[in-house]
Amino acid sequence: MSATNQPSQSNPVLRAENLGRAVAGKTILSDISFAAAIGDLLGIVGASGSGKSSLLRMLNRLDEPTRGTVFLEGRDYRQLPPRELRRRVGMVTQRPFLFPGDVASNLRFGPAQRGETVPDAEIARLLERVGLAGFAAREVSVLSGGEQQRVSLARALANRPEVLLLDEPTSALDEESKLGIEELIRSLVQDHGLTCVMVTHDRDQARRMCNRVILLEAGYLMQSGTAVEVFGA
Amino acid sequence: MALTVVLLARRRNIHLESDAAIALLRGIVQIVAVGSILALLLKAPRWTSVFLLVGMVLAAGSISAKRAKNIPGAAKVSTYSIAAGAGLVTAIMTWAGVIDTAITSLIPVGSMIIANAMNTNGLALNRFRSEVLAHAGEIETALALGAAPEATVARYAESSIHSSLIPAIDNLRSLGIVWIPGLMTGMLLSGANPMYAAIYQFVVIAMILASSGLTSLLSTMMIRSHAFSPAEQLVLRGAE
Repeated sequence: MSATNQPSQSNPVLRAENLGRAVAGKTILSDISFAAAIGDLLGIVGASGSGKSSLLRMLNRLDEPTRGTVFLEGRDYRQLPPRELRRRVGMVTQRPFLFPGDVASNLRFGPAQRGETVPDAEIARLLERVGLAGFAAREVSVLSGGEQQRVSLARALANRPEVLLLDEPTSALDEESKLGIEELIRSLVQDHGLTCVMVTHDRDQARRMCNRVILLEAGYLMQSGTAVEVFGA
Repeated sequence: MALTVVLLARRRNIHLESDAAIALLRGIVQIVAVGSILALLLKAPRWTSVFLLVGMVLAAGSISAKRAKNIPGAAKVSTYSIAAGAGLVTAIMTWAGVIDTAITSLIPVGSMIIANAMNTNGLALNRFRSEVLAHAGEIETALALGAAPEATVARYAESSIHSSLIPAIDNLRSLGIVWIPGLMTGMLLSGANPMYAAIYQFVVIAMILASSGLTSLLSTMMIRSHAFSPAEQLVLRGAE
């Protein structure tokens, strides 16, 4: 995906409106608005403590906004049951937090919460998609950092989300694994018709991956646009 | 002797003076107050002991809830659990005739059951709190995948119940081998038949295990939902 691709704003899947959060009188985020449509890979960029992860956590309602709200497919997300919202808005964190057991049981975790079973063929397809063909029976404890992050991605995809939130998904990985995961994320967004919001502190990564970025500073949205518009050529 | 311990600790730069002084002073005031109340109650009708036991349950709930810092509703959960665990066992054993309804019997035995239920409840809640704080990442990952809040902490609740009951189980295991509990010692000193004293002590320890187990089970079951907001967000987390 080119960094100059213009996002489709006509029909946003995810729209944040005047989002804000304050904890014990301290403002964490203030008045954040943005929208993301199918195929968008929106980067949230900023220094440590700028509120990037806090913003991401509000998008699937792991944290509650104290001001504003989020609309998913035009519907205020507070009207949705939290579990349905989180099924539709998947999340991959910096640390994968895989559950003890094998890879397949991790992939089956999300659907199992709704009483759904995932057939072996679907597990194999998901693993192949993230470059881990034949890993279904592997214990997660023996996987490398990059492999664990791929399992984490496949686990989120097993829930068939419409939106994928990524919180610095490559920050704990070496350079080679990082580039592999970046490529994988780009292709997943395109192939699955996802809307993706990714937190990163790495401006170069935002340039490589995101068709749009928003720049946060001390909880405020300072700039938004293409990576070139926000960071310069 | 307590003063000697405090002085020895001080020589090693461990300052217990203030804590030990307050604890000793508080202890003597409380136990003399209880003795005075018991002396007064000896002349009162038997049913008045129920009020004293209820007062003990309320105090126990408030004290052990402090082990569950930052969990909303912990005092209520603790009080209900101790009331149900200790209350049920005390009621059944009194009904069965094991505990005499005389105030001099019901209050000391009842207080032992309540105090142990309080300790177990405190241990269970403290362990649950530590486990949830230590595994916030795993819990929120499960929430983010659409799991029910209570299911995400089920395994931490189970380990909390188990670890909270270790002292009660160890007491039963070591009964008569490592220690002769206070109740039996008191009965022996007052000239009771050693066999009767031993069996009565066993029954009391078994009652303590039953009430502690029930209290721990109930409090961890109830506290699970209190770790989350109505919007299924983990509220028991480190600072943002």
